[in-house]
Amino acid sequence: MDWTLFFVVTTFALYIGIAIWAKAGSTDDFYVAGHDVHPTVNGMATAADWMSAASFLSMAGLIAFLGYGGSVYLMGWTGGYVLLAVLLAPFLREFGKFTVPDFVGDRYYSDAARLIAVICALFVSFTYIAGQMKGVGVAFSSFLGVDFNLGILIGMGIVFVYATFGGMKGVTYTQVAQYCVLIFAYTVPAIFISLMITGTPIPQLGFIGNAVGTDISMIEKLNTTLTGLGFAEYTSTDKHMFDVFAITGALMFGTAGLPHVIIRFFTVSSAKAARVSAGWALVFIAALYLTAPAVGAFARINFIDTVNEATYIADDADYEAEAAAITVDGGKPVPTWYKTWEKTNLLAFDDKNGDGIMQYRGPNSPDGIENEVNPNRDIFVLANPQIAGLPNWVIGLVVAGGLAAALSTAAGLLMVISSAVSHDLCRRTFFKDMDDKTELLVARGAAAGAVVAAGLLGIFAGQLGFVAQVVAFAFGLAAASLFPIIFLGIFWKRMNKEGAIVTMVFGLVSTFAYIYYFKFGGGTPDQYLFEVSPEGIGFVFMWVAGALGIVTSLVTAPPPQDIQDLVEDIRVPGTRQPHGIADEGMAPMPAE
Amino acid sequence: MSNTSEIDTKGYWRATVRLTISLLAIWFVASYGAGILFREWLDQFSIGGAPLGFWFAQQGAILVFLALIVTYCVAMNRLEKKYGVKG
Repeated sequence: MDWTLFFVVTTFALYIGIAIWAKAGSTDDFYVAGHDVHPTVNGMATAADWMSAASFLSMAGLIAFLGYGGSVYLMGWTGGYVLLAVLLAPFLREFGKFTVPDFVGDRYYSDAARLIAVICALFVSFTYIAGQMKGVGVAFSSFLGVDFNLGILIGMGIVFVYATFGGMKGVTYTQVAQYCVLIFAYTVPAIFISLMITGTPIPQLGFIGNAVGTDISMIEKLNTTLTGLGFAEYTSTDKHMFDVFAITGALMFGTAGLPHVIIRFFTVSSAKAARVSAGWALVFIAALYLTAPAVGAFARINFIDTVNEATYIADDADYEAEAAAITVDGGKPVPTWYKTWEKTNLLAFDDKNGDGIMQYRGPNSPDGIENEVNPNRDIFVLANPQIAGLPNWVIGLVVAGGLAAALSTAAGLLMVISSAVSHDLCRRTFFKDMDDKTELLVARGAAAGAVVAAGLLGIFAGQLGFVAQVVAFAFGLAAASLFPIIFLGIFWKRMNKEGAIVTMVFGLVSTFAYIYYFKFGGGTPDQYLFEVSPEGIGFVFMWVAGALGIVTSLVTAPPPQDIQDLVEDIRVPGTRQPHGIADEGMAPMPAE
Repeated sequence: MSNTSEIDTKGYWRATVRLTISLLAIWFVASYGAGILFREWLDQFSIGGAPLGFWFAQQGAILVFLALIVTYCVAMNRLEKKYGVKG
């Protein structure tokens, strides 16, 4: 029986079942799941929403290769939740809106500001979703032997069903199921690998423990092994310190400004629930993020132990006989997992010195031997179960986990895209007299359209292979354009519409131009501003954009008194009063 | 709807901002400080078998973040009780 197929089909059936059960009946259901999701449930859904194919499949591999340098992802993708919990989520919930552009448009009493926010939200979400769809395509094509494009179509079909019918309600409960699948799939192989390498079943502790059977710490052993092969120490990085600082900042502030994360906090019942929910979200995220550095380090050790100096066997049919012969001669045969994964082109062996032995070396190779093995970074999470000698069903589980991670994130992004179109563009900007029923229909249509657009983008991105690079766009843009105006909108009453527009436009244009120039326009690293790479530039421009917005606000007229009063109200839960122009399109006030 | 005039909204907001600033100071020190700026100096110490600065960057900061959000939730509940704000 094919376990991979079994797990994929079972989990997909589960997601569809949940969607049918959680059908959305109103725009309130569709956009914010009726505002009554339990904080713990929302925390779990947020964790699945947030952890994408990149967190699940690529992050541990990145850390395995980058060592200390990989810390930017660990700190950056978790630290943003502190910002969300204390600076944004409770106040945005108190504001009571459906979407991020909704907040921007009403707080800054301007349809122009709303439109710019829609552009930011759409841009961020589409770049992000292309990566998820590509991940789905890769998972299908490398595990189930399904064509890459067909894989994307299947993924699109599943998301289409539960996002279009269930809206945010369907998405929320499928995300809960997807979280359970992905965390189980991540933890099981990690426990076994930790037992293999450090002798403790808790990978988070094995990370700081000793290598099994020795009194040398696992990290120290890894450092010694790596320097012996001509790599830099695992605990070091060649990146400039300010660049590490800026990338971490861009990822943190970008996380806090990402619309698909923010809207999850509109689904709970109060400001207090939003705070608690952010805490739960980080608990569920930390379950994976505290394991990831351990998986990364273990994977690097395992890779070197099993592959370096192994004798290559080209002929698959005779593998067992040849492997036995090599072992008898005192050699080490190429491991079976390597042979399995070689077929996916994620691993390549180039026998440069023609001795039939696989030499893995770093740039400062001490014995002058050239590196002959090139692994793709994604291999580590994918191959972990086999490296640890786990049964086949675990591999199936990991594939289902990767798909769960990609689909849950894609669905959250689709909700942002569809609400930006149906609510912010249609209901709030162009057709203000649209009724709830029509809006719900438009929202479903927009979700359906967005699924198709995202799928096409995934197919297109798959051919260009540029997804990893454009993800930098999403974080940089969210950090430089959306985060400062939401933050200032809550904490500084005097921030006005002119200031908000200047901040968003500057943040968007400067970050876009910088990333575009260095990723696609032929810029070279020696031209970096303050040594900051494109991944970190959003952090730098965020401060500039914020400062420009503040100066602009100070030299133009203050916001109307109604707006300033409204800002005071949302700072203190449960004190909202009617405020003239600020009330247009507000969610109904809670009944007493 | 609770009556705003009975609540010291200014005092509540000042206390909230003070709390926010102290939590963010710790947030900064644990991540950017221990994990990046002072990492090399901290690496002379170790926790278990890992250099301390490296550990902060890979695991410690995340644990501090968790503690911060929990503290925030508890402290805000207390503030709301103290000022009679219903959260």
